[in-house]
Amino acid sequence: MSIDKKTLKHISKLARISLDEKKIASLSKDLSSIVKFIEKLNKLNTDQTKPLTSIINASLKSRNDEVKDGKIRDQILKNSPEKNEEFFVVPKVIE
Amino acid sequence: MSNISEFTLCKIVSGIKKKDFTSEEVTESFIKNSKKSKKLNVYITNCFDEAISSAKKFDKRGDFKGLLSGVPIAVKDLFCTKNVKTTAGSKILHNFIPTYESTVTNNLWSHGAFLLGKLNCDEFAMGSSNETSFFGNVINPYGEKLVPGGSSGGSASALAADLTPATIGTDTGGSIRQPASFTGTVGLKPTYGRCSRWGIVAFASSLDQAGPMTKNVQDCALLLEAISGYDPKDSTSIDTKVENYSSQLTEKVKGLKIGIPKEYRVDNMPNEIDNLWRKGIDYLKDAGAIIKNISLPHTMYALATYYIVAPAEASSNLARYDGVKYGHRAKGNNLTEMYENTRSEGFGDEVKRRILIGTYVLSSGYYDAYYLKAQKVRQLIKSDFNKAFNDVDAILTPSTPTSAFKIGDKKDDPISMYLNDIFTVPANLSGLPAISVPAGYDKNNLPLGLQLIGKAFDEQTILNLSLAIEKRANFKKNFKAWWS
Repeated sequence: MSIDKKTLKHISKLARISLDEKKIASLSKDLSSIVKFIEKLNKLNTDQTKPLTSIINASLKSRNDEVKDGKIRDQILKNSPEKNEEFFVVPKVIE
Repeated sequence: MSNISEFTLCKIVSGIKKKDFTSEEVTESFIKNSKKSKKLNVYITNCFDEAISSAKKFDKRGDFKGLLSGVPIAVKDLFCTKNVKTTAGSKILHNFIPTYESTVTNNLWSHGAFLLGKLNCDEFAMGSSNETSFFGNVINPYGEKLVPGGSSGGSASALAADLTPATIGTDTGGSIRQPASFTGTVGLKPTYGRCSRWGIVAFASSLDQAGPMTKNVQDCALLLEAISGYDPKDSTSIDTKVENYSSQLTEKVKGLKIGIPKEYRVDNMPNEIDNLWRKGIDYLKDAGAIIKNISLPHTMYALATYYIVAPAEASSNLARYDGVKYGHRAKGNNLTEMYENTRSEGFGDEVKRRILIGTYVLSSGYYDAYYLKAQKVRQLIKSDFNKAFNDVDAILTPSTPTSAFKIGDKKDDPISMYLNDIFTVPANLSGLPAISVPAGYDKNNLPLGLQLIGKAFDEQTILNLSLAIEKRANFKKNFKAWWS
C-alpha cells in the first residue's frame, strides 16, 4: 500500500506534526517506499504464531507502594519554555 | 607524556594507580587532542574546565577503589547528565539541561570516572551515518569525506581519534556495533536488561541498550563491568549477578561451538566481507573452537520487522516533546497549533519519517496488519536464535555489509540507509548480547568488523571469543591525525 497525501495528512494530524505541501509530496514518496519495504512480512504465514510481548523471560519485579521522592516541583519546571509560579503555561484553551 | 591519549583504558587506569602519571595529565592530554578536533565535529558540549578540576580533586584525594579511578570519559549525548546540556542530537532538546543523572553514567562516576564532554549522535539515535544530527555531520578519522556510522558516530570517532580513552553509546538496531566497525574500534551491545535504561533519552524501549565502546576487548570487558547492573528505576533491568568480565577474560576458547548462519551470506555482499568472515572462522578454528553451520531462517524478515517495531515505539516515546515541559517551543494560535509547529520545527526529517511510520502502523485499521504482524515475526526471529543456541555457544557474522561510506551517499534513500543494519538488528529484536571487533581492512584501507552474538547474559563468552580474534587479527589503526 502506498501512503497517499490524504493518509499522510491524517497521520500527521495524529502525530501532531504540521507539514507544508512541499513536504507532503516528498514524505509521501519516502513513506510509501518504507511501507512497501515492511510489507515484505506479508509473505510469511504467522497464523499459528503468538506475538512477542517481552524479550526477557523474567517477570517484572514488583515494589512496595511507597513514596520515595517528591517535592521536586522546581526541578520539574526548570526546563519549561514558559511557566508561571507553579504551573506550565500553554496557549489559552478555554474561550 | 604526550602519548597518554594513545593508551588503552586499562593502561590508563593502572598508570594512574601506579602514579606513572596523574589524572590531571591524562585529562590534559585528551583535552589537548579534543581542542584540535573541530573538523571531526564530535563534541556537542565540552566539559573541559570541569574535567580538569575533577582531575585535580582526584589527584589530591587519591581514591583508587573504582574500576575507572581518575579517568575522564566523554559520552554520547543521549545520556542525561545532571546540570549538563543533553540534546539527543535534536533541535527540540537544544536547550535541555537535565536535573538528574542517568544510571549508566552515574555508574561511571561511582567508579571514579568524570565527564569530559557530550558526543554528537544521530537525532534521537535514528540513523546509521550521523548525518541526521541537528549539530551537523561527524567525520570519520579514516577520511574527511567518510561517515563514522551511527547513531553513536561521535562516540566512535572520538574514541578512534584518541579524544577520549573509552566511551559509551546506545544500540537500538546496531548504533554501537556499526560505528565501531566503521572506525576500527570495539563496541558491545549488552543483553536487554543488563544495563539500566533510566535517564537515557528513549528511542525504542524494547530494543534500546547502553554499551561500552573501547579501543580493545580488555577495555570493553572493564567498561561493561562498570556500567552493568540492576536498577530499581528501570523495571526491565534484570537483577542478576554482574560478572567480573575483565578478570575472567581469557582467550582460551577451545571446544566452544561457533555457529555460522548461512542466511547472513546476503546478495551482493562484497567479496571482502565474505573473506573477512572466512578469516574470522579460521581465527576461531585456530583458537580451538568448533565451527558449525547453522540456520536462522527468518533473518530476511528482521529488518522489515525492526522498521515497524522501532518507529512504533519511537512515535509513542517522542509524544512527550510538546513544547510545554522542556525543549524547543514554537508559536501557535492555540494549543494544538503550538504542538504541531513545535514538533514540525523541532524534529528533523528522519525523525519525522519514523514518527509518521510509527503512527501509521499503530493507527486504527492498520495495527493488526503491521504492528501485531511484526511482533509475531519477532517471536519467530527470537525462536530461531533459541533453537540455534541449543547447538552452539555463540554466532559469528560480519558486523556490517560494507565499510564506511561517503557522506551524502545514502542520505536521500532511507531504505538503502536502513540496509546497513542488516546484520546487527536481529540481536536487538531478540534481546541478545553482541559485539563488533575490528578484524581487518578492505581494499581502500577502511576497517571492517566481525560480530559475535551470544546467549542472553553470556557477555563473557563473546568477549573471550573477541579476544581470541583480536590476538590473531592483530588489527592496528593506520591513519595519522590529519585533522589537527
